[in-house]
Amino acid sequence: MSEYTEHHMNEISVGMVEKKFYTFAEPPCEMNLESGHKLGPVTLAYETSGTLNPDKSNAILILHALSGDSHVAGYYQKEDPKPGWWDIVVGPGKGIDTDRYYVICSNVIGSCMGSTGPGSINPKTNIPYGLDFPVVTIGDMVKAQNELIEHLGINKILCVIGGSIGGMQVLEWSLRYPEKILSAIALATTPRHSALSIAFHEVARQAIIADPNWKNGKYYTGPKPDLGLSVARMIGHITYLSDESMRNKFGRRLQDKKDFSFNFDADFQVENYLRYQGKKFVERFDANSFLYITKASDYFDIAAQYGSGSLAEAFSRAKAKFLVVSFTSDWLYPTYQSRDMVKAMKKSGLDVSFCELASEWGHDSFLLPSENLSTLLKGFLGCVTSKTLH
Amino acid sequence: MSPQKPFTKNIRFDQELIASWIEPGSKVLDLGCGEGDLLHFLKNGKGVEETGIELSPEKTVACIAKGLSVIHGDINDEIPDYPDDKFDYVILSQTLQQVYEPADLIHSLLRIGRKGIVSFPNFSNWRIRLQLLTTGYAPITRQLPYEWYDTPNIRVITIKDFRKFSRTVGFTILKEIAITTRRDGAGTIVKLMPSFFAEFGIFLIERNHS
Repeated sequence: MSEYTEHHMNEISVGMVEKKFYTFAEPPCEMNLESGHKLGPVTLAYETSGTLNPDKSNAILILHALSGDSHVAGYYQKEDPKPGWWDIVVGPGKGIDTDRYYVICSNVIGSCMGSTGPGSINPKTNIPYGLDFPVVTIGDMVKAQNELIEHLGINKILCVIGGSIGGMQVLEWSLRYPEKILSAIALATTPRHSALSIAFHEVARQAIIADPNWKNGKYYTGPKPDLGLSVARMIGHITYLSDESMRNKFGRRLQDKKDFSFNFDADFQVENYLRYQGKKFVERFDANSFLYITKASDYFDIAAQYGSGSLAEAFSRAKAKFLVVSFTSDWLYPTYQSRDMVKAMKKSGLDVSFCELASEWGHDSFLLPSENLSTLLKGFLGCVTSKTLH
Repeated sequence: MSPQKPFTKNIRFDQELIASWIEPGSKVLDLGCGEGDLLHFLKNGKGVEETGIELSPEKTVACIAKGLSVIHGDINDEIPDYPDDKFDYVILSQTLQQVYEPADLIHSLLRIGRKGIVSFPNFSNWRIRLQLLTTGYAPITRQLPYEWYDTPNIRVITIKDFRKFSRTVGFTILKEIAITTRRDGAGTIVKLMPSFFAEFGIFLIERNHS
């Protein structure tokens, strides 16, 4: 996902939030991973807003995408230039209303935003894991989140919500822990990573691996593979936008010049934009984490994992009430992939709502202000709440 | 929204009649459910388990905003996914005249639903007959307000046609009712010469028992 839109402190907000940490799976009780490896201790960075009601029935778990983190809404401190990544949706009276719900968002394992990942210190060697960090899956991420939920004393989550790779975690939750969630909202996502999506991830990973500074992932004490990571981000960014949004936003307009430079500087605005996004990204993200999280999503295929190849069979395990939303211009996870999911849910007798929203902004649409999306979230959550709280 | 709100005020007369045929607590699928007024009434007033299918994304959003389970899609593409007898009632309200393969649709409707409720504008209404007779132009009425070249209503159906259709296609009509409506949504049941006076026909149908 790309950088979200700018907001101001005077807008409606959950206000100040705090980055919290929970550590579990201390050796010798390490966490068993899908790969067969063990990982421990595991720390999850997380954020909460709103108030957990006495019977703990109003918890909503938000799951972030590739480059996201646990900071979903509000501000860490007054001086922050930006709120959390989904502040447009999470807050008092917003689509996910923090006056009604207790909102939890945790950073995935493998990331570099506070949870245990390849940049964390390996307790066995006292240096960062690097490539000694085991490859994790979407299933492993969800398993770790479940530990946090249990730690918070929540038996049943009212709703799990996420877009893109966060949406994959939503689907995983619904199949791995069907008894623990009442409802699920999957936005701009897919039940299995397509060859096209894997291909883009692979090109991005190769850009990192080809950077001489990458050094097989052992770069934490020296210069970082910034060039590789920024190219990886540029590739990602193209897939998050759409032909239409790029045409409207940049067209063939030149950047601060009237004529071509006849060299390889950034002539076009779109080149300049991608370079800027790439440069900004390396300041906050770890290249190895990028490798691990993209790999986790490439492995994602719930039909294979839970249904011997059949999506309908996979969803026959699920119990949640579903809302699936896709966007017209999303070519990374196009609508047909959401429809496949909805079809399978219908065949399995699940209660599912689906809407394809019109948007020119491509895959990123789920992160941008949309009255329709907020209306859908509010209506769906309201219905789930009225069923459970009475 | 106050829970005491009388739901009947929000639905049209024809929808009220359709609702009156539906047993409380049953499973209902509304094909082309619009903004979900009927489903909302059935859910809150009769405790039905509701599902809707709606082609327009804006109307789908309006339905989900009401807390209804609705799928944005084409009814022909969406019906095949449901298992046999999934629903107690499948409603096709004022949509039959827009369907390409009505016989196939009725069969699938009665495959996934134990009963079907079908309503449509009656093309043999006296105003339509009179317009065609006197003006020579394709009739335009409040129920069928389009020109011949921009109408989504590709079929003209009369109450008599539908009865004949039931015999040809092979389904049973359990109940039928004919009505006229007013602009404000109110209406009257037509008992005298419905084929001539009614603006809409509403039919409760089921599979033939062979």
